[in-house]
Amino acid sequence: MATKASRSAARIMMAPAVILLLGWMLVPLIMTLWFSFRVYLPLRGGDQGWAGFDNYIRFVTSSAFWPSVQTTLIIVLGVLVITVVFGILIALLLDQPIWGQGVVRILVIAPFFVMPTVSALVWKNMFMDPVNGLFSHLWRFFGAEPVSWLSDASLPSIIMIVSWQWLPFATLILLTAVQSLDSEQLEAAEMDGAPWHKRFWFLVLPHLSRAITIVILIQTIFLLAIFAEIFVTTGGAFGTRTLSYLIFQRVLESQNIGLGSAGGVYAIILANIVAIFLMRIVGKNLD
Amino acid sequence: MGQIQLKQVTKSFGDVQVIPPLDLTIQDGEFTVFVGPSGCGKSTLLRLIAGLEDISSGHIEIDGKDATDLVPAKRGLAMVFQSYALYPHMSVRKNIAFPLRMAKMDPAEIDRRVNAAAEVLNLAAYIDRRPGQLSGGQRQRVAIGRAIVREPSAFLFDEPLSNLDAALRVGMRMEISELHKKLKTTMVYVTHDQVEAMTMADKIVVLQAGVIEQVGSPLELYRRPRNTFVAGFIGSPKMNLISGEEAAKHDAATIGIRPEHIDVVESGGTWQGTVGVAEHLGSDTFFHIHNTGLTEMITVRAIGDINLTHGDTIHLNPRMNELHRFDAQGLRID
Repeated sequence: MATKASRSAARIMMAPAVILLLGWMLVPLIMTLWFSFRVYLPLRGGDQGWAGFDNYIRFVTSSAFWPSVQTTLIIVLGVLVITVVFGILIALLLDQPIWGQGVVRILVIAPFFVMPTVSALVWKNMFMDPVNGLFSHLWRFFGAEPVSWLSDASLPSIIMIVSWQWLPFATLILLTAVQSLDSEQLEAAEMDGAPWHKRFWFLVLPHLSRAITIVILIQTIFLLAIFAEIFVTTGGAFGTRTLSYLIFQRVLESQNIGLGSAGGVYAIILANIVAIFLMRIVGKNLD
Repeated sequence: MGQIQLKQVTKSFGDVQVIPPLDLTIQDGEFTVFVGPSGCGKSTLLRLIAGLEDISSGHIEIDGKDATDLVPAKRGLAMVFQSYALYPHMSVRKNIAFPLRMAKMDPAEIDRRVNAAAEVLNLAAYIDRRPGQLSGGQRQRVAIGRAIVREPSAFLFDEPLSNLDAALRVGMRMEISELHKKLKTTMVYVTHDQVEAMTMADKIVVLQAGVIEQVGSPLELYRRPRNTFVAGFIGSPKMNLISGEEAAKHDAATIGIRPEHIDVVESGGTWQGTVGVAEHLGSDTFFHIHNTGLTEMITVRAIGDINLTHGDTIHLNPRMNELHRFDAQGLRID
């Protein structure tokens, strides 16, 4: 990429991919913006002209809006904390030489291969069912009253399901980071008289900071948009309506595309606010 | 204080015994060098002393106290690693202060000691930088600094110079030697480079396959190698080891003669041959000589620049009083 000719050749060769990706992003974005300013009710007369900022005002002033933002942030934050903390612990465990290491590692990664809809259904019917679920049997075995997880502890339940799905991803990335730590550094710290918890705090954790940053950033992108887990478990009831679920309800259940599109624009704004906060907090670890 | 004593120490990894029973005493204040080819167990031996590996059997005593089961931090030893093992996210100051912080020392005392170490090692100019911004030689100094602030009873060096370029290595070699003269602390130094061993050591321990071949001062090893392995390992260029008919003339299975103990003469020498490669260094000339009628190729080190090149005939006169004789087991015959 040194000469002028090779630079322009590189640009020409990259162009198709860049144009395709840009189009892929811009077309839906512009359509969303377009519809958000229209009165568009598919079953009640279709596109009925301009709405100005009515959709935006209606979406924010609806009593469901702020609770849905709050729910979204609680789920994102809860899952991030659980996956990072347990991801580090499991990564440290998997780094120990054990018999059958390869098999164990593959098993740990397994949940990531299960589709969100399937895993949510498995959790709902096999674990959290208040009558026949494994948890209810376990509770009854100890003489306790079974918990109806998805109605009484709906938010923690969903956080648990989503964490279970994302834990392997966090573990995998953190494990590679743990393995890349120079063992001589740990030995030097051992000779310097640092017990294991101080070696963890002063050496392992700073070494992992970049991997933790990557885990947080990537997971946040996906967690802001979780949908299937809520759809198949609570259907947005019991305080589990996230912003993306609210948009879905506005578009499909209320059949109001204009209102839903305005919600979509708010979701973009929320995602960007979260992204700016994250980059402020953890982004410096990336350089 | 810093006497280290190994008594019947062994080390096995699974079924493989890398160190058969071994006895060794390192005196207080001594600069001891473990030297041997790669894989001879010298680094393992150092790690056993440090406590980073558990010994399979035997005892380690430090200052007369049994340290076999002590954790590394409690042995009062400091180690400098081959990769320096600096903590990358801490500044030089914090790196050096780390062992003191772990010992929960008073901050004022930590500052005093770190500044003193920085003074000794000329680190002051980059004390607030991070290891990633330093050159190899500077990192090496920081690693040594981190070792000396603890005021340990002995220093352990694990091939500390092998990542440096040749010029820097000579400089650091001198610095470490001077540090030893200044601190008078026991130092145990592992290297595969016999030049480092010869120049720095008070006592050299030559190891092969986990077995001590010989222990002695550099010149003892040079003058009276106990067997053919030590004879071949110590000295540069390597000693010529000649077997067969020529050795039989001297009632030995193998005879050894150092390249610097063979004189080049105009004519009528004991041996003659053709020059294969001539290395002209200015101060010396190394000749690799073929077709001498001996079983092995001969290396000769002549003082000054001698004008012989590839293909020339050369006449040689070995100094018979400098001849080393070895029996069929490779052991020295006196």
